[in-house]
Amino acid sequence: MSDDSFDVIVVGAGPAGSACAFALAREGRSVLLLERGDSAGAKNLSGGRLYTYALELLEPGMYLRAPLQRRIVREQVMLVEGRRATTLDVADPAWGEGVPRSHSVVRASLDEWFAAEAEGAGAVFAAGMRVDGLLEENGRIVGIRAGEDEMRAGVVVAADGVNSLLGQQAGLFPDVAARAVGVGVKETIELPDAVIDDRFGVTAGEGVARVAIGCTEGVSGGGFLYTNRGSLSLGIVFNPEQAAAHGRPIQEIFQDFKEQPAIAALLEGGTSVEYGAHLVPEIGHHGVPARLHREGMLVIGDAAQFGINTGLVIRGMDLAIVSGLAAARAILQEGAPTGPAYMAQLEELALLPTLRAYAEFHGIFGISRIFKEYPALANQALGFLFQVDGRVPPPMLKELLAIVRKNVSFRQLAADAWKGYRSL
Amino acid sequence: MTLKRLSPEELLGLDRFNVDEGHPHILVDRARCALCAARPCVTVCPARCYRLKDGQVAFDCAGCLECGTCRVVCKDQGVTSWTYPRASFGITFRCS
Repeated sequence: MSDDSFDVIVVGAGPAGSACAFALAREGRSVLLLERGDSAGAKNLSGGRLYTYALELLEPGMYLRAPLQRRIVREQVMLVEGRRATTLDVADPAWGEGVPRSHSVVRASLDEWFAAEAEGAGAVFAAGMRVDGLLEENGRIVGIRAGEDEMRAGVVVAADGVNSLLGQQAGLFPDVAARAVGVGVKETIELPDAVIDDRFGVTAGEGVARVAIGCTEGVSGGGFLYTNRGSLSLGIVFNPEQAAAHGRPIQEIFQDFKEQPAIAALLEGGTSVEYGAHLVPEIGHHGVPARLHREGMLVIGDAAQFGINTGLVIRGMDLAIVSGLAAARAILQEGAPTGPAYMAQLEELALLPTLRAYAEFHGIFGISRIFKEYPALANQALGFLFQVDGRVPPPMLKELLAIVRKNVSFRQLAADAWKGYRSL
Repeated sequence: MTLKRLSPEELLGLDRFNVDEGHPHILVDRARCALCAARPCVTVCPARCYRLKDGQVAFDCAGCLECGTCRVVCKDQGVTSWTYPRASFGITFRCS
């Protein structure tokens, strides 16, 4: 039993927890930031892209200190059908010249830096501490239990990630539903920077973010490829229920993706150095629990299921940072009840309004044909248009309609268009 | 040289683990697993900790990536207890 007491204990030194601890410590509050890994980031994994406006909200110019990888100047969407691929490449060198912008990141270094920033601002950081439970008195959360230790605080902030065991223990929400998350697998592949620059058509410090559709054997989900400094992050996120029903082990489908010719050419000569997996919040607004606070406790980041996936834009870390700041601001408000103040800050900082703006978007991913038939259709149609073999070509419209019909019926096409329209 | 396709064992071989021998952080009730027809864990566990052996689900948490997928897909409650490994045990990501 320790008689140490803190204003705030933050559980989990990911971007949400570290942002919260940083913002509180900077205002002179006594903060304990706990991390179960031996260092911040040791247990964390993400596709690897951060929208830096969030760091800017926390402290203007803070992104300049962060260990960011490459500034994203090219956005790519890849439609895969077996060995074929159609890739849309959107490039604008002006992207990222100002702020906000986005960068690829490696969590092991980003999270370690972020926790050190919180420590630098005055927070006490303790790694290698697994929090086992909450202390409750008269219906109020008053601290945490970690092994033999008990530590008390005015507020406990749960930043314990997508499997928020603390939020569940507090009775705020049940276990996260399988349909609300995606399971991501990822390999980190080392490759010299000069090779990355040449292969991806960027100059030093610039980077590419690619999403891929059609690489999941029809399971709802998609691939990603990010360029880092000296490495690439390649992965796929799957809907776990559909993947289970599909029956083929997900890491085998992932290894096929590595061998897809358009991907393999980019990886050539590289060295695999790490493999990981993580759950990600997938359904945005509808996945956020109704209750994110109780007396003495707030839930932030992935633990609150804050995530946005439009298929093109995938956000999580930025929302984590914003929610950490919202929690800190609420705690700093003297006299006001902290829980409602936190919800008000989530509104004011545009987090909840943004989630609501995309509320129905995940409905698009309910169109199963997006993950197989439509990428196939695009590849076949474009393949036909590019084909020259010296013979008289078939009538173009007739052939294109035949390709459409081969993949989807017009009834399905109309139904999917309507569903897509309703989700926007 | 093309980047090689890796087996589950080779993939996990890239990672750094400190296995907490004798203290599994996930407990599985094989009797309940025997009654489960769907066995989603066998397909979706990214570390292949769940495998079929002689028609039965066998579990080994040595290469667990601590993602929680088994917890969310196990509807028949073969996963009876799911926590994170004790401090300083389990996976340590270095460059992800």
